[in-house]
Amino acid sequence: MSDILMIFTDFTLRNVALGAALLGISSGILGCYALLRQQSLLGDALSHAALPGVCLGFLVAGSREFLPILLGALITGSVAAFIIQYLTRRSRLKTDAAIGSTLSVFFALGIVLLTYIGNQNNAGQAGLESFLFGQAASIVPSDVMVMLVVTLLSIAFIAALWKELKVTTFDPEFAGSLGYPILTLELLMTSMIALAIVIGLQMVGVVLMAAMVIAPAAAARQWVLKLEGMVVLAAVFGALSGVVGAVLSSSYRGLATGPMIVICASVIVILSLLFAPNRGLLWAWVEQRKNHRLLQGQQVLVDLYKLSVRHDDPAYPSELGMMNLYYGLNAKRTLTRLEQQGFVEPVSHMREEGQHWRLTDTGLNEAQAVLSSLGNHNE
Amino acid sequence: MNEFLIQPDVVIVLVGTLVGIASSLLGTFLVLRKSSMLSDAISHSILLGIILVYIITGNQYSPFFIVGAAAVGVLTVVLTELLASSNRVKNDAAIGLVYPLLFAIAVILINLFAANVHIDTDAVLLGEIGFAWLDTTTFLGIEVASAVLSLSAVTLINALFVFLFYKELKLSTFDPGLAAALGFSPTFIYYALLSLTSVTAVTAFDSVGAILLVAFIIVPPSAAYLLTDKLWKMLFFGSVFSVASGFLGYLSAIWLDVSIGGMMAVFTGIFLALAFFFGPKYGLIAQEVRRRQQRSDNTARMLLVHLYNHEQDDLSVRENAITALSEHLRWNQQQIQRVMEKSLDDGLISRGPKGERLFLTSKGRVLAQEVLEPWEHNEPKL
Repeated sequence: MSDILMIFTDFTLRNVALGAALLGISSGILGCYALLRQQSLLGDALSHAALPGVCLGFLVAGSREFLPILLGALITGSVAAFIIQYLTRRSRLKTDAAIGSTLSVFFALGIVLLTYIGNQNNAGQAGLESFLFGQAASIVPSDVMVMLVVTLLSIAFIAALWKELKVTTFDPEFAGSLGYPILTLELLMTSMIALAIVIGLQMVGVVLMAAMVIAPAAAARQWVLKLEGMVVLAAVFGALSGVVGAVLSSSYRGLATGPMIVICASVIVILSLLFAPNRGLLWAWVEQRKNHRLLQGQQVLVDLYKLSVRHDDPAYPSELGMMNLYYGLNAKRTLTRLEQQGFVEPVSHMREEGQHWRLTDTGLNEAQAVLSSLGNHNE
Repeated sequence: MNEFLIQPDVVIVLVGTLVGIASSLLGTFLVLRKSSMLSDAISHSILLGIILVYIITGNQYSPFFIVGAAAVGVLTVVLTELLASSNRVKNDAAIGLVYPLLFAIAVILINLFAANVHIDTDAVLLGEIGFAWLDTTTFLGIEVASAVLSLSAVTLINALFVFLFYKELKLSTFDPGLAAALGFSPTFIYYALLSLTSVTAVTAFDSVGAILLVAFIIVPPSAAYLLTDKLWKMLFFGSVFSVASGFLGYLSAIWLDVSIGGMMAVFTGIFLALAFFFGPKYGLIAQEVRRRQQRSDNTARMLLVHLYNHEQDDLSVRENAITALSEHLRWNQQQIQRVMEKSLDDGLISRGPKGERLFLTSKGRVLAQEVLEPWEHNEPKL
């Protein structure tokens, strides 16, 4: 609890938590569109491709200022996105190969530039490597201001072009028929995602930033069906993982901020996948089990009924062992459940043989009801 | 020979080319299966396997690293497939959700338990191919670099795998349904492929790092894919690109004094760009040339059909005059000139005595008939 209160007292932590919340919001919002367009891995490519841009920005500015680095990363990210598009459209390469190739070659270029800068003996270069994994402690209030501006920009972008972006995302062909400039919209969206990724680099790092685009959106998708709700929820999840990750990482030495934020986001994804109403895997599993039991009960009931019809005896006692053999040792539990419902009752038939079961009157009616609901009137 | 094998530059180039060959052999199949991004996921998440083995054994140089890494690599794939098959997220998102989590856990574990040892997080991404020659070992009485030895073994294993299971790999890549029906178990082949990818990744880890390895797995096969339709040629070209990237990358890295592994990966990208633009069949330039060829063939066919249609009727004097073409076919003078010259050169038409009218040659007439009544002939060909 005291850790959480430190947000208000500790200067560095306040910066980091605020920055993490902002980056969570912007990448959460924009991630929704990437996820729905099935461009999740584009975020992966954009964040890796930002590395050469970071280096170029540094080379041009000659210092580790945030703005030139941000601009450089934005440019190389957009170039990479363009190359991926171009490769998939104009060659026989599939999306995965285009993304993988661009991502790795751009990253390699970044590594080359990184070593080149390292050889320049520039004092300001120290810590440029921190963009690989992020270094939250290096964040100063002016960085947070930049993040705030970018976050507001993303919100304004989404709000201003809400209808256009929505239609282009869900039905690009329809959007085209409405005369929307799809290519421009796509380009804008890609640039915005690149921007959101870039502001996260300093905190989360090149490698893990991809997760911040995908995770909050994927979690939000489990809870709501409407884009409106999804965007808001993704922003909330993003901010939540940012703040919680930042606080947790400050509570113990060695818990790096970037990885902690990503782990928090992943935990939210796992919880959403399991427990979200309707889509949650847990509910699906419970539902499946319920249906399975219902069908099993009906099956046993109908079989008992058919046996009694064959033997001209409504109360024909069927032997448990036989039924076990028939159902693979599962009949006892099903029969007990049916007994609780009052459909069957155990009888002792012949002492030397095993337990027997027969239908009750309600069971008989139920079996007939099941059969007629299946449209089976033959027997 | 003995001296030669432990010279730093020889070791570095050998390590680069071996990583390249070993990776591109497997990468070929991953690219063809459209699951090449799994190699990105695997090469990140094996870090978790490495650090877990380190924590358990307390040893920096343990053979269990291979086992641990392969296990986590397969785990990554299994988790990704499970997530995708639950239909809650799409396949690409599943990849992007699973490996960052495993990688983040690995980074935290390294910071907590292994902060001061060999496994530092930068080296994980970048590799230290430049120092590969420092660590040598004796094999069959010859002194060799350890990295060269282990990578040779991995390359050999991968090559054997591809050689022995060539038919199975081919079939389960192009027609998994048929492969399953014939009893080849595409799932087994798939997981064997990805396990070997993990093993290759962990062996190459020290030398080239996680992301540069992805370049070696994906880029050379992609470049090869732009050059050929034959699987064995794709494997061959991929290996050639890898070897060339190893050499050129090393030379240029020394020249520019920058990251060796990085330059090797950059060269794979250069080869991809070259294949993309200059590939003989699928290259951008070849595509454009083919498109122009088709366009000019089509205009020639149009001219022939026009002449053929009016050959018999009374209007042939007027219609088949050169002056009529601009009106009826809506061609400008330049186009008319071009198509006429080409058709004359190909012996499809001839000019009348005064030079104003055009006549079909017998060859041109056959072609026009073929275009108009293709069912009577084979494919129309110029």
